[in-house]
Amino acid sequence: MSKFKYTPENEEKFQKQLKRYPNSNSMMLPALWLVQEQEGWVSPEAMIFVADKLNKQPIEVYEFATFYTMFNLKPIGTYHIELCKTLSCMVMGSRDLKKFIKDTIGIGPGETSEDGLFHFSEVECLGACGGAPMFALNGQYHENQSVESLKKVIEECKNASKSSK
Amino acid sequence: MLVKVVSKNFDIPNSHKLEVAKANGRYSSIEKLFTMTPDEVTKEVTLSGLRGKGGGGAPCGPKWELMPKNDPRPAYLIVNGDESEPGTFKDRQIFQYDPHLLIEGIICSCYAINAHDAYIYIRGEYKWFIDRLNEAIDEAYEAGIIGEKVMGHDFRVDITVHRGGGAYICGEKSALIESLEGKRGHPRLKPHGKECEWFFDNPATVNNVETIATVPFIVENGYQAYTAYGTEKSPGTMLFAMSGPVKNPGVYELAFGNKMIDVINQIGGGMKEGKKLKAVIPGGSSCPILTAQEVEKAVLDYESMWDIGSTLGTGGMMIIDDSMNMVEVAKNLIEFYHHESCGQCTPCREGCGWIDKVLARVLAGEGSEKDLDIILDVCETMNGKTVCVFAPAVKDIIKSIVQKFRHEFIKEFKNN
Repeated sequence: MSKFKYTPENEEKFQKQLKRYPNSNSMMLPALWLVQEQEGWVSPEAMIFVADKLNKQPIEVYEFATFYTMFNLKPIGTYHIELCKTLSCMVMGSRDLKKFIKDTIGIGPGETSEDGLFHFSEVECLGACGGAPMFALNGQYHENQSVESLKKVIEECKNASKSSK
Repeated sequence: MLVKVVSKNFDIPNSHKLEVAKANGRYSSIEKLFTMTPDEVTKEVTLSGLRGKGGGGAPCGPKWELMPKNDPRPAYLIVNGDESEPGTFKDRQIFQYDPHLLIEGIICSCYAINAHDAYIYIRGEYKWFIDRLNEAIDEAYEAGIIGEKVMGHDFRVDITVHRGGGAYICGEKSALIESLEGKRGHPRLKPHGKECEWFFDNPATVNNVETIATVPFIVENGYQAYTAYGTEKSPGTMLFAMSGPVKNPGVYELAFGNKMIDVINQIGGGMKEGKKLKAVIPGGSSCPILTAQEVEKAVLDYESMWDIGSTLGTGGMMIIDDSMNMVEVAKNLIEFYHHESCGQCTPCREGCGWIDKVLARVLAGEGSEKDLDIILDVCETMNGKTVCVFAPAVKDIIKSIVQKFRHEFIKEFKNN
């Protein structure tokens, strides 16, 4: 038995969405999204929980979760910066933003800052090419960015973190 | 030059809210819909020449006709909102500005194919747009627009939004269904004859968001109103997306048949200050690249783009200026494809990685002209030898860059 459990609200969401599909197998993505929204990442314990719920082997859930790049398989920082690196963003200057993140926060793609505040992912096209260069901060799109605007966002995150302590 | 079929309400404040949407014509096609038989709706869409807007351009009506008749199994409509093709950002305009148009289109389409359950599969990164769409669906349920009785008519439609997990290949319709069935998004081997898709062994149709959003216009106004736009062979309109160093990047609805250079200059505002047009990838990153000279001749419809050696794809034009090194452009795109290959077929999985490594070597100053032969050879080895068209797409874009900008690769060797 897994020690992980959905919150009552998420259990309700799970049961509600389960009724929408002809087969419970379709719940793989929704079930893992509920885990990640609850915990910030998908732990092995949570995968066992999902496997139990959907009558699957844990390895099946693991195989599934590792295919989809948006599931965090280890804890990440408080602020997740996903910088788009694909063509239109590259043409419009995403490499400058990447360098700025390295120079100011000291992290490269796939790394978390030592204080756990920032996690940086360099991602493929986020479908915001008209607003290139862009990044997402905890899923929220920031388009038409520059080094200056990125600097401002990073400062805001730092200040928000200080004030919450 | 701009037209308003799908984008009619985009500029209206709060157009995503039901009250505003209804006041501006949304759901006005439903009364007429139920005076028609499902076959009549399908015929109207067939006559309109509506083609799939997700990149393939397959005719929509004939696709609906593939759904089996009198089949006891439930039928499903699956709406493809994965939108992961680089350069493509049009469906999100519908999610953001007119989600009720999509719901209206789903009602019309479900009626035509006798489906009662629709799934909208949206890429996971579009969390904000998913929330916006879910709000509209909740509004529609509360107002009795969808649910057990569609606007009081004896026809049930339920709509569920399914959030993807960040895999480009899930935009391929059979991979999308695999993903919807709770599996890795591996494309299916296609049957020899034409048939519908299968969702848990039940008949299903997969259509792009923009395609479905076009259906209410055709139902309400008749096919002639749609064929009044565009060309004889490419009737209608499309949401064209423009990105890169132009003054006004964005999404614009145009009838088919406009000259690409006019669209770039008149609607896109031309190149940004100090930039010169070097190339355009015309319809998302998998379409063969066009040089600036070819762009002068290019016309935005399916047949014209084939004639010029490319494809219209999703209509997502990626503009590249003369400051860009085309070897780096090729490297950037192969990194994308290498990352996003689902890994099912060896030629695709290994081929993308192989080209990626060769281009890395070229950029590191260790390349030679022999490397260009290797790249072209690997492209041909990948082409046509895989389950889906991912590998042929890689071949199309990489081969076209190497062939049309060979001099830049050679310059790279000489520089080093």
